[in-house]
Amino acid sequence: MIGIIDYGMGNLYSVSKALERLGYDYFVSEEEEELSKATGLLLPGVGSFRDAMAILNETGLKAFIDKEVARGKPLLGICLGMQLLFEESNENGFAEGFSFLPGKVKKFPGQDSSGTSYKVPHMGWNKLDIKKPDSFLMNDVGNEHVYFVHSYYVDTEDRDVLIASADYAEEVPAVVGKGNVFGTQFHPEKSSHAGLAILRNYAQYVERNDA
Amino acid sequence: MLTKRIIPCLDVKEGRVVKGIQFVGLRDAGDPVELARVYDKEGADELVFLDISASHEGRETMVDVVRQVAAELAIPFTVGGGINKLEDMKRVLRAGADKVSMNTAAVLRPELIREGADYFGTQCMVVAIDAKWEEETGSWRVYTHGGRTATEWDAVEWALKAQEMGAGEILLTSMDADGSKDGFDISLTKAIGNAVTIPVIASGGAGSSDDFLDVFNDASADAALAASIFHYKETSLTHVKEYLKQNGVAIR
Repeated sequence: MIGIIDYGMGNLYSVSKALERLGYDYFVSEEEEELSKATGLLLPGVGSFRDAMAILNETGLKAFIDKEVARGKPLLGICLGMQLLFEESNENGFAEGFSFLPGKVKKFPGQDSSGTSYKVPHMGWNKLDIKKPDSFLMNDVGNEHVYFVHSYYVDTEDRDVLIASADYAEEVPAVVGKGNVFGTQFHPEKSSHAGLAILRNYAQYVERNDA
Repeated sequence: MLTKRIIPCLDVKEGRVVKGIQFVGLRDAGDPVELARVYDKEGADELVFLDISASHEGRETMVDVVRQVAAELAIPFTVGGGINKLEDMKRVLRAGADKVSMNTAAVLRPELIREGADYFGTQCMVVAIDAKWEEETGSWRVYTHGGRTATEWDAVEWALKAQEMGAGEILLTSMDADGSKDGFDISLTKAIGNAVTIPVIASGGAGSSDDFLDVFNDASADAALAASIFHYKETSLTHVKEYLKQNGVAIR
């Protein structure tokens, strides 16, 4: 069963309902004891990186998640939740992340290499460029559009963690993963067919892991 | 590449969609959730619900509508109308809306945008601007209270101020074009789009697929919003999107 981590940063309702519609069991909790019973974790997040890490540190959930991931429990971060999986960010000041995945979170500069300016936030439907079609997360997902809304993106040199990306002046990591840690920069619960397929794939992976 | 968004807008009063909606085969043409489902199926990139309830009960009902829409649809949606304080934002965003849109309240107290952006992030904050061309000054003036009250603000200045306060997007309605079906206001949309660095949704005046093509090509709008053209089946979302694709616009 998927445990959705409730640490006060993010809208848990839509993602919960999406799992419900797909027919998977989940629960929402902020309690370590309860969350430790989950066979897979989901880390949502809307807001700033530094605030999110501060809360996770204060509540002890950071140490808990570190421990669970080290034990091999699957973790899926969504939106800011995905960015937290990386090393660091300078959103509202410097903050360290979980460092499960290599890379830094940066603000879109708003100007491309040729000096042409573009809009920030990256907001709207953008096409997935699938780098690892064999990843279980990409099952039944084509080069479809998904819904992004973010001003910061992950800059990583490790091509190995890129499952899919999107092009927005920069190469924007859209689906990432390594070992038992995964993330989507976009909101799967707001991304129509492709988004729901990715949620379903993760839920199935958690079930298989459980068996 | 980021696609251009087509956004149908639904006016909701006391939990029911108002303005006639002409879809065949609907059980209840006034049910916002059922209509949202139809638009989702036709390829809406996003939805806007404008709560025009006059009563407190109506606003409460809107929260239920938001919850139902969020539970059933996998596309983003914005709720506007009656967003006057942080508490109002909390209610609709916690019920599952992705963004809130504010208009009069933001003009009366621009700090409201900042408060919402600090709490929920700029990506949730849509500032709706109703603007009208003014011959004497050769600029667009901002109106509030549903277009009834002229303000001191020039539309470009206000859009910049809204962005500075933390708006993540501008929903721009041309009062001159609204209801005309003669097309979006290209010069207004262009003026605002050139001034701000956040996305601009053009609204008012959509009468045909060509109007969407023009506002994307000539005014570089990021999204276009329309109501009656879709509600009355003058054209369909599917048709508009197909037409735009054929004409080289990036469309989902």
